[in-house]
Amino acid sequence: MATSTLSNQATYDEDVLIQELGYDDHFHEHHHGDKFQSNFITTYIFSQDHKMIAKQFLITGMFWAIIGSLMSLVFRLQLGFPEESLLWLKPFLGKWIVVSNGIGSLSQEFYYALVTMHGTILVFFVLTAGLSGTFSNLLIPLQVGARDMASPMLNMFSYWFFFLAGVVMFLSLFLSTGPFSGGWTAYPPLSILPQASSGSGAGMTLWALSLVLFVVSVLLGGINYITTVLNLRTKGMTMWRLPLTIWAFFVTAIIGLLSFPVLVSAFLLVIFDRSFGTSFFLSEIFIGGQALENVGGSPVLYQHLFWFLGHPEVYIIILPAMGLVSEVLAVQSRKPIFGYKAMVFSILAIAFLSFIVWAHHMFMSGVNPFISNFFVIFTLIIAVPSAVKVFNWISTLYKGNIRFNGASLFAIGFVSMFISGGLTGIFLGNSAIDIQLHDTYFVVAHFHIVMGVAAFFGMFAGIYHWFPKMYSRFMNETMAKIHFWGTMIGAYAIFWPMHYTGMAGVPRRYYAFDTFETFRHFAELNQFITVAAIITFFFQVLFVVNFFYSIWYGKKMTTKNPWGATTLEWTTPIHAGHGNWEGNIPAVQRWPYDYGKHGREFISQVEPMAEGERDGGH
Amino acid sequence: MTVLLGLLIVLLVVVIVVQIGKVSELSAKIRGEEEMQEVINKKQAMWSLLFMIVFLLAVSVSGAHYNNWYLGFGPHASASEHGGSIDSAFKITLYATGIVFVITHILLFYFAYKYRGSRSRKATYVPHDNKLEIVWTAAPALVMAFLVINGLDTWNEVMADVKPGEDYMEIEAVAEQFGWTIRYPGEDNVLGERNYKLISGDNPVGQNWKDEKNLDDFMPTEIVLPVGKRIRVRITSKDVLHNFYLPHFRVKMDAVPGMPTYFVFTPKTTTEAYREVLSDYKEYQAPSDPADPAGPQLWETFEYELACAELCGTGHFSMKKIVKIVPEDEYKAWLEKQQSYYYSQIRGSEYDPFSDVWFESEIKERRTTFKGNLAEALTATTPDKKTLRFEYVRFETGSEKLTPVSQYELGFLVDAMKDNPGMTIELAGHTDNTGDAAANQTISEARAKTVYDFLVEKGVAPGRMRAAGYGPNRPVDTNDTPEGRAKNRRTEFRILTQ
Repeated sequence: MATSTLSNQATYDEDVLIQELGYDDHFHEHHHGDKFQSNFITTYIFSQDHKMIAKQFLITGMFWAIIGSLMSLVFRLQLGFPEESLLWLKPFLGKWIVVSNGIGSLSQEFYYALVTMHGTILVFFVLTAGLSGTFSNLLIPLQVGARDMASPMLNMFSYWFFFLAGVVMFLSLFLSTGPFSGGWTAYPPLSILPQASSGSGAGMTLWALSLVLFVVSVLLGGINYITTVLNLRTKGMTMWRLPLTIWAFFVTAIIGLLSFPVLVSAFLLVIFDRSFGTSFFLSEIFIGGQALENVGGSPVLYQHLFWFLGHPEVYIIILPAMGLVSEVLAVQSRKPIFGYKAMVFSILAIAFLSFIVWAHHMFMSGVNPFISNFFVIFTLIIAVPSAVKVFNWISTLYKGNIRFNGASLFAIGFVSMFISGGLTGIFLGNSAIDIQLHDTYFVVAHFHIVMGVAAFFGMFAGIYHWFPKMYSRFMNETMAKIHFWGTMIGAYAIFWPMHYTGMAGVPRRYYAFDTFETFRHFAELNQFITVAAIITFFFQVLFVVNFFYSIWYGKKMTTKNPWGATTLEWTTPIHAGHGNWEGNIPAVQRWPYDYGKHGREFISQVEPMAEGERDGGH
Repeated sequence: MTVLLGLLIVLLVVVIVVQIGKVSELSAKIRGEEEMQEVINKKQAMWSLLFMIVFLLAVSVSGAHYNNWYLGFGPHASASEHGGSIDSAFKITLYATGIVFVITHILLFYFAYKYRGSRSRKATYVPHDNKLEIVWTAAPALVMAFLVINGLDTWNEVMADVKPGEDYMEIEAVAEQFGWTIRYPGEDNVLGERNYKLISGDNPVGQNWKDEKNLDDFMPTEIVLPVGKRIRVRITSKDVLHNFYLPHFRVKMDAVPGMPTYFVFTPKTTTEAYREVLSDYKEYQAPSDPADPAGPQLWETFEYELACAELCGTGHFSMKKIVKIVPEDEYKAWLEKQQSYYYSQIRGSEYDPFSDVWFESEIKERRTTFKGNLAEALTATTPDKKTLRFEYVRFETGSEKLTPVSQYELGFLVDAMKDNPGMTIELAGHTDNTGDAAANQTISEARAKTVYDFLVEKGVAPGRMRAAGYGPNRPVDTNDTPEGRAKNRRTEFRILTQ
C-alpha cells in the first residue's frame, strides 16, 4: 500500500486517488456511447439512469405537493372563513361550490374529498415517492460507489408505476361522484359502502387502484435500493463506512418491503367486500333503509392491517429525512456527525419498533384495552432512540464551524420541528391521555409537525444541498433563506395553534365548528391558521420559482466538491454521465465523516488512512 | 377581493425577491465567496438567535393566553370522576415535555449561533462520546418509564369494565349517519335484545319486542344522567364507524357496527355546577347570541355535548346530542315523564307480539276504569247511561269468534256479576250500516251469543243475562265517516236490574 507516502502530502487530487487505488470494472469497454441514453426519450423519459429517475421523482413529487397544498388551502378557507363567499372558486370547482343566498361555500362532500386527497397525496406521492424516491435514487449509487442501481430497468418501472398511480388518482378528481372522501386511512365500512358516501363509489375504486400501483412502485424501488446497498458497495465500503443517508434509505426500503404488501392485502379484502359480496370488514349493517346480509366481519381488522403499514409508513417518511439532515448537518457544520454508531443503532431501533406499535392509532377503536398496554410501552420506547438522535444532531453543531445556507438552515429547522412534533407524540402515545386527545386537532398538529413539516424540511435541506449534484448549478441562496424563514415561521404559525384547539377538545375532520357550543370558540384562531397557510404557501411558490430558475439560470458549479464533503458523490465529474465515474470506481478507505480531523477541513473517503490512524466510526 | 389583492401583492414580492437574489449572487462574486459566506453566517446566526427568542416567547405567551382551554386547566376540569387522573397525566407530560422543549431549543439555536462559520476558526473533531450517549439514552428512558407506569395505571383503571355486583346503570348509544339514538334500560335496569335486521322506521334500533326487557326501554331526545351514578355506555353503530365522544367527561370510544364497545364513567359535576364555574371566566361572560347582547351569557346557555370523533361521512361534524347531568331527584322527576318506546309506539300495533296479552299494570289500570264506569252506571237512572260499551272485546274478522285478548274485560264483568248478585244484564251486538243488512243482523246476534256463552262458562248464571243482536239499527254515531262507523260497531251490556 502506498499509504505512508500519500499521508505526508497536504492535499490530494481525488481523481488521481481514484485512478490509482480505485476499482477497474472495465466500464468503458461495455459502454461505448451509452446505448441506454442515446436519444431524447431514453435520456429524459424512459431513462434508466438513477440520477434522471431521481429528478423525475422529485419533479413529479413537486407537482403533487403543489396540488396537495392547494387543496389544503381551499379547505382551510372554508374552515377559517366559513362566512366568506367562495364563489370565485366556482370556475375551477364547479358544482363543488354550493351557492345559497349568493354566498358560495365548499360542499361538504368535496370538503371531505379534499381532506382525503390532501392526506393521500402528501403521505404517499410527496413524502414517500417524492422524498425517498428522489434521494434514494440519487444518492444510493453515488454514495456507495456504484455505477447505477442493481436493476436500472426495474428502477425505471418503479418511477412509471408511480406516474401511473398519479394519473389514476388525478383522474379520480374529475369523477361526477367526486374523488374518494373517507379519509386517507379509508376505514371501512365507510370506504366500502357507496350508500354511505358518494366518494366511496367510483372514487374509492380509483383510489384503491392508484395505491396498489403505487405500492408496486415502492416495492420495485425498495428491492433495488436494498440490493444495491448490499451488493454494489464499492471496494472498501463496509456497512460501517456508509453515510447515514444510505443507512436511512436502506432501512427505509426494508421497512417498506415488509409493510406495504400488508396494505395491499387490506385493499384487496376491501375490494372483495365491495365487489364480490364478502364480509371481511362488514357486519350487521343497516344503511339506506336496508339491512345488509353481511355478518361476522370486523372493521377493526382492517385498521390492524392498515396501521401495520400505516405506522411504519411514518418512519418510511421520516427516516430518509433524518438521514439527509444528518449528512447535511455534518457537512455544513464541518464536523463529523456526533455518535455515528448510536445514530445507526437508533435508526435500526426505530425501524424495529415501528413494526410493533401500530395499534397506538387504535386505542379508542374498540380493541381490548389490555392489549393497548403493550402498544403504549413500545410506543413510548421509540422516544428513546428519537431523543438520542436529537441530542446527537445538537452535539454535531457543538464546536462546529457552521456554514449557513439553505441546506443547513433547513436541517436545523428539521431538528426543531422534530423536537416539537416528537414531544407531542409522548402525549398521544400514552393511551390514557389519548382518550381525550385522540382525533382532535392536537393529533393534526402533532403529525403535521413531526412527519409533514419535518419531512419537508429534510427534503428541502437535501434539495438545496444536492441540487448542484443534480443540475450542476446552485440554487439561489438569498431566495433559499427567505424560503427558509418564511416556512419556519409560517409552519409553526399554522400548526402550533392547533395544539390549543386540540387541547380544548375540537375534533379533526370537521367541516364546521359552529354546530357545537364546545368547539366554536376558536374562530379567530382558525382565521389566523388559514391566513398563515396561505402566506406559507407563497413561500413554497418562491421555492418552486427558485428551483426551476436555477435549473437553467442558477450559478454554475465550478468545482466538483463545492461543500468540501467527504462522500463519493462529490468525486464524480460536474456533468456526470450514466455510470457516474469516467474511469475506475473509487475505492473507499475510511468512514464518511472525517471533518476537521488533524486540522484538515475534510478528508475524502477515497483517501487512504495514515499509518496508525483509526477509522472514525469505531 | 382583499384576498385577490393579497395574492397579487405576494406575487409581486416573489418577483422582487428573485431580483434581490440575483443581486446578492453578483455581489458575492465581487466580494469573494468566502468573505460573503462569513457575512451571511453572521447574519443568519443572529436570525437564528432572534427566532429562538421570539419563538419561545410566542409559545409562552400564546400558551398562557389559551391556558384556560387546556384539559384540566381553568374552568375545563373534567366533569367525570375518572377524568381527573387523565388530566393529571396530561399535566405531568405537559411539564416534562415543556422543559425538554425549551432546553433543546435553546441548545439547538444557541449552538447554531455560537458556532457560526468563521474563517478564523476551525471545527473541533469530536466524533463521539460513549458516556454521553449512555446518559442521553438512560435519561429519556427513565422519564418514559415513569410516564408509562403512570399512564398505564390510569389507563387500566379508566378502561376497566363494570364488575359483577357493582351498582351501575347501562345505557346504549346507537350511532348512524348522522345522529345518535340513546336507549335507557327503563325500570328493570336491563337493556333488551336488539337485532340489526329488525331495524325499520317503526323500530329505530331494531329492538326485539319478544324480549320483555325491551318493553320498558325508552329513547329520550336528550341524555339526562344523575350525578354520581356509575354509567356504562354500550356503544354501537348501525352503518359506519362513529365515535362516542363526550369532551367534558374525557370519554371517547368508537362505535363499530357488529361489535358493541363500552365506556364506563361516573358524572361528577352537574350541568348547573359546571355553569357556575364557567361564570367566573371572562371567555364565558359574552352574550351567547352575538345578535342579542342583552340575552343570556355563554355560561348560562352552556350544555354538555355528545359529538362524533370518527370520520363517518359528510355530516360527521353535526352529530350532536345535549347531555344533562342533574341531581338525583331531578333525574327521578325526568324519568317519570319518559315513555317507553314500546308502550307509546308498538303496543297494540301489528308489531306487538303481546297483543293477545294484558300486562299486570294494564289489567290493574283497566279494571279500575271498568269498576268506575260500572259504579257510575249503577247509580245512573236513564237507560242509555246504564249501557256500557266493551272497550277491549274483539272478534275475529267476519266471524263471531272471540279474540283471546277479549277475556280480560269479560273477566271484569264476571267479577262484577259476582260482586253485584242482584244485577241482570242484556248483552247486545251492533254493526255499522255497510254490507248486507240481514248478514249484519245475524252476526250481531251471533256475537252477543258468544259473549253470553263465554260468561256462562265462567260461572255466571244463565238466568241473569240475555243476548240480543241489533244489527245496524241502533247507531251511536253517524255512519257516514269511518270514525263514526267504528263507534257503531260495538258490543255492549245494559244493566236491566240491580
